[in-house]
Amino acid sequence: MLKDITIGQFFPGESILHRLDARFKIIITAIFIAMLFSADSVIGLVPGILFTALCYALSKIPFRLMLKSLKPIIPIILFTSVLNIFFLDGVVLFRLGFIKITYDGIEFTIIMMIRIATLIAGTSLLTYTTSPISLTDAVESLLSPFKKLKFPVHELSMMMSIALRFIPTLIEETDKIMSAQKARGADMESGGLLHRAKALVPILIPLFVSAFSRAMELALAMECRCYQGGEGRTRLKELHSRGSDYLAICVSLLFLNAAILTDLLL
Amino acid sequence: MSTVIKTENLTYTYGLGTPFEKTAVKDVNIEIEEGELCGIIGHTGSGKSTLIQHLNGLIKPTSGHIYIDGLDIWDKAVKIRDIRFKVGLVFQYPEYQIFEDTVFKDIAFGPKNMGFSEDEVKRRVEESAEIVGLKPETLLRSPFELSGGQKRRVAIAGVMAMEPKILILDEPVAGLDPKGREKILAQIKRYRDQKNATVLLISHSMEDVARFTTKILVMEGGGVFCYDTPPKVFGRASELTAMGLAVPQITRVMNRLKAAGIELDGDIYTVEYAAKKINEYLLKHKSES
Repeated sequence: MLKDITIGQFFPGESILHRLDARFKIIITAIFIAMLFSADSVIGLVPGILFTALCYALSKIPFRLMLKSLKPIIPIILFTSVLNIFFLDGVVLFRLGFIKITYDGIEFTIIMMIRIATLIAGTSLLTYTTSPISLTDAVESLLSPFKKLKFPVHELSMMMSIALRFIPTLIEETDKIMSAQKARGADMESGGLLHRAKALVPILIPLFVSAFSRAMELALAMECRCYQGGEGRTRLKELHSRGSDYLAICVSLLFLNAAILTDLLL
Repeated sequence: MSTVIKTENLTYTYGLGTPFEKTAVKDVNIEIEEGELCGIIGHTGSGKSTLIQHLNGLIKPTSGHIYIDGLDIWDKAVKIRDIRFKVGLVFQYPEYQIFEDTVFKDIAFGPKNMGFSEDEVKRRVEESAEIVGLKPETLLRSPFELSGGQKRRVAIAGVMAMEPKILILDEPVAGLDPKGREKILAQIKRYRDQKNATVLLISHSMEDVARFTTKILVMEGGGVFCYDTPPKVFGRASELTAMGLAVPQITRVMNRLKAAGIELDGDIYTVEYAAKKINEYLLKHKSES
């Protein structure tokens, strides 16, 4: 069911990863992404995979959960793999009419599959171990230099935190509407593409109606509490960096180096 | 009378294998007879809503069996959609599921999914609209411009139009004014009488449950506390109160009177019955003195 979607969810805990400063976690995530994309070979991806494994071990997030978070992206991986495997040029391995499979195509596809899977598994950790509030606070803090350029940083992070806050609510709502329409005999599991697209109408319309009314209510509630943006606002939880945060950055930079070097040397 | 709903050791756990694992329904064994108007009461989180979603196959039990009309609904030979047509389920705040541009079309959604002819769909829509007290001209309006109570009626009619043998409603009158509550409950009763249906309804109002139901299912902590007739259930006033559930106000008044030494026999749970008993008592004492 929809409730099984774990991307963007937060799992409260007390692990080292949970206690890291959220700003540093975002930077580490960026380093992690660089790690994966600097690699052009399967071996070059190994440091990235090891780094993900290390983080999962430290976070104490069950391994099963990671597999679950990968489940919804399987169709995307398969789709891109199929495209890549048939349309890349190189040493031809197999040919059937106009369809050909090349050696390079296969290699590239394998690299890409591992890369996407690791990417999703690794970046999911950011939201698994960081509460939405500290995440948006961190984004605001990281973007604060742009304030000088009159960029609405606070508004942006507020929008982000509201969006994050309502993901579970909307999922729950969708689940409820789906159940209600299923109880009225809506058939969402069979039929062709057009039929399925049509079957979405009874879900999307009520969902939009309630999302809009929810947004109106929220805006009203914020106005009633005199919300007027970031000017002069204080925080309940201030972000503080500690030695362990810098250490974590160093470790991830080491892994990035390893990734670049293995790719160059091996 | 025959049993239409039966559950066997029904257990359901949410979020199996995640840190949020929670057993919502535990080892539930119930048997509900045909034609019953059964009220389901219990604390928030006692598993009422989870239980009723099992009864039309929206949730698959973690373990245990559900029999509707003697058929195990998760048996391979049974089509789950047929069960959903047989067991109509009205969710909490059902007005949020409305999506069509006219009331008629929205009520027709269910029967159309069942594959009926235009004429049959029309008959069912008009009949169920009539049961819930929607005027024929309302059928052509947009449901989004109706009042909250009217929308609720449209949504309930949408399920009634499928003419389910078993109608289940999750707090059908929550958030409505007293007059609206009264009307909708009466309409639900009318549906049961007209179609010889079995009705289950979740409610937090002990008064409503006391007046409208023939049987009461009390749930606690995911299990069944008791399943009996209203007098028997409300006869256990102290246990219900200990559970954090109330008994009807009138029962409380009567229990106080009894405690004060006024002899009123039997379990009293409706105002009408209480008035009758008090009158009898007064007449008796007048003749004595």
